[in-house]
Amino acid sequence: MTPHTPAIASLPQRADAIEAALQAHGLDAKAGIELGVHNAEDVWLPERGARVVAKAWVDDAFRQRLLANGKAAVAELGIDLPPHHRHLVVLENTASVHNVICCTLCSCTAFTVIGLPPDWYKDLNYRARIVRESRSVLHEMGLDLPNEMELRVWDTTADTRYMVLPQRPAHTQGWSEAQLAAIVSKDAMIGVTRL
Amino acid sequence: MDGVHDLGGRQGFGPVVHSTDAAVFHEEWEKRINALYGVAVRAGLFNMDEYRHAIERMEPRHYMSAGYYERTLTSLATLCVEKGVLSLSDLEQRAGGRFPLALPLGAGRSNAADAHTFRIGDRVQVRLEHVVGHVRAPGYIRGKTGVVVHISPAYPFPDAHAHGVPSHDEPTYDVRFHSAELWPEAADNAFVHVGVFQSYLIPAP
Repeated sequence: MTPHTPAIASLPQRADAIEAALQAHGLDAKAGIELGVHNAEDVWLPERGARVVAKAWVDDAFRQRLLANGKAAVAELGIDLPPHHRHLVVLENTASVHNVICCTLCSCTAFTVIGLPPDWYKDLNYRARIVRESRSVLHEMGLDLPNEMELRVWDTTADTRYMVLPQRPAHTQGWSEAQLAAIVSKDAMIGVTRL
Repeated sequence: MDGVHDLGGRQGFGPVVHSTDAAVFHEEWEKRINALYGVAVRAGLFNMDEYRHAIERMEPRHYMSAGYYERTLTSLATLCVEKGVLSLSDLEQRAGGRFPLALPLGAGRSNAADAHTFRIGDRVQVRLEHVVGHVRAPGYIRGKTGVVVHISPAYPFPDAHAHGVPSHDEPTYDVRFHSAELWPEAADNAFVHVGVFQSYLIPAP
């Protein structure tokens, strides 16, 4: 008689199993999940990064501190990074330079600043192609860069984190910081769009 | 390790399915698993390098077909079982079916004995080496030459930290490569920057 091989448990069943097993082991899984879901849904939002960008646009001294030491500068706005993200490098877009970030080996991001990565950022297609077919991928995503514009791709392979400081659109002269922050998207801080 | 996770520059992948309101989570269990692995890291059950490497150790067909949070779930379960925190039989009994884990851990290594220190503007070459365990140099920069543009503070050395091998923290260098150096005549025109650990680099010839 062939021994019966049970089917692979569904993902929700596997998730329930590990949650219950860790709770039984003595870890406060329920409280940890409550906190983690709260952070993911209410705290680690792109609106945080948008505040950073808007301030950099209106306050040149802040912009310079941000470019010199991103982690210290965002801390001025009450934004923290996890302990293992020891360094935040802010990449400034200009009229002649465009930056885009990725993580080819997994899906690392400065998620406490720009929000958790969107599904396409974590997808195999983006990870495989953006470093090599960079302009083609950006074109497919709706961003056409002039040939003469320098393109800088940043692969997050260490625990240093990156975010893009988009170029301020010309039509926003005189806008308040809150108005400016409202136009800054997660995509702009990843660098797959320009504002 | 030359695993299927090392995707940078691989060809044959289709268009990026992009939307401006792209979801972070698609199912409720994904939120719980994303939170739970954070709980486990904060409780000291494992570190981020062990976490990433356990994802890389997933059987290749499992890795390629799993979504992001299934990889998180598999890494979390694998490390809890390997460290004796949980048992696979208990997990499978609770789940009511099989619970596939990653494949076993191989050998790690410590920092390079002949590590060099670099400054911004230095030309560097990535060592041409093939590592069986965890390594954070993507395959596409192996043996390639670039220029140091940033220096980060010292971090734990992943090749050791993922394997419990003693090591010291070391700086990472953001190295700028031209895409034509990485894939001659076979890449779009761009500079590609990679965060490279000190042990992976030697002065350019």
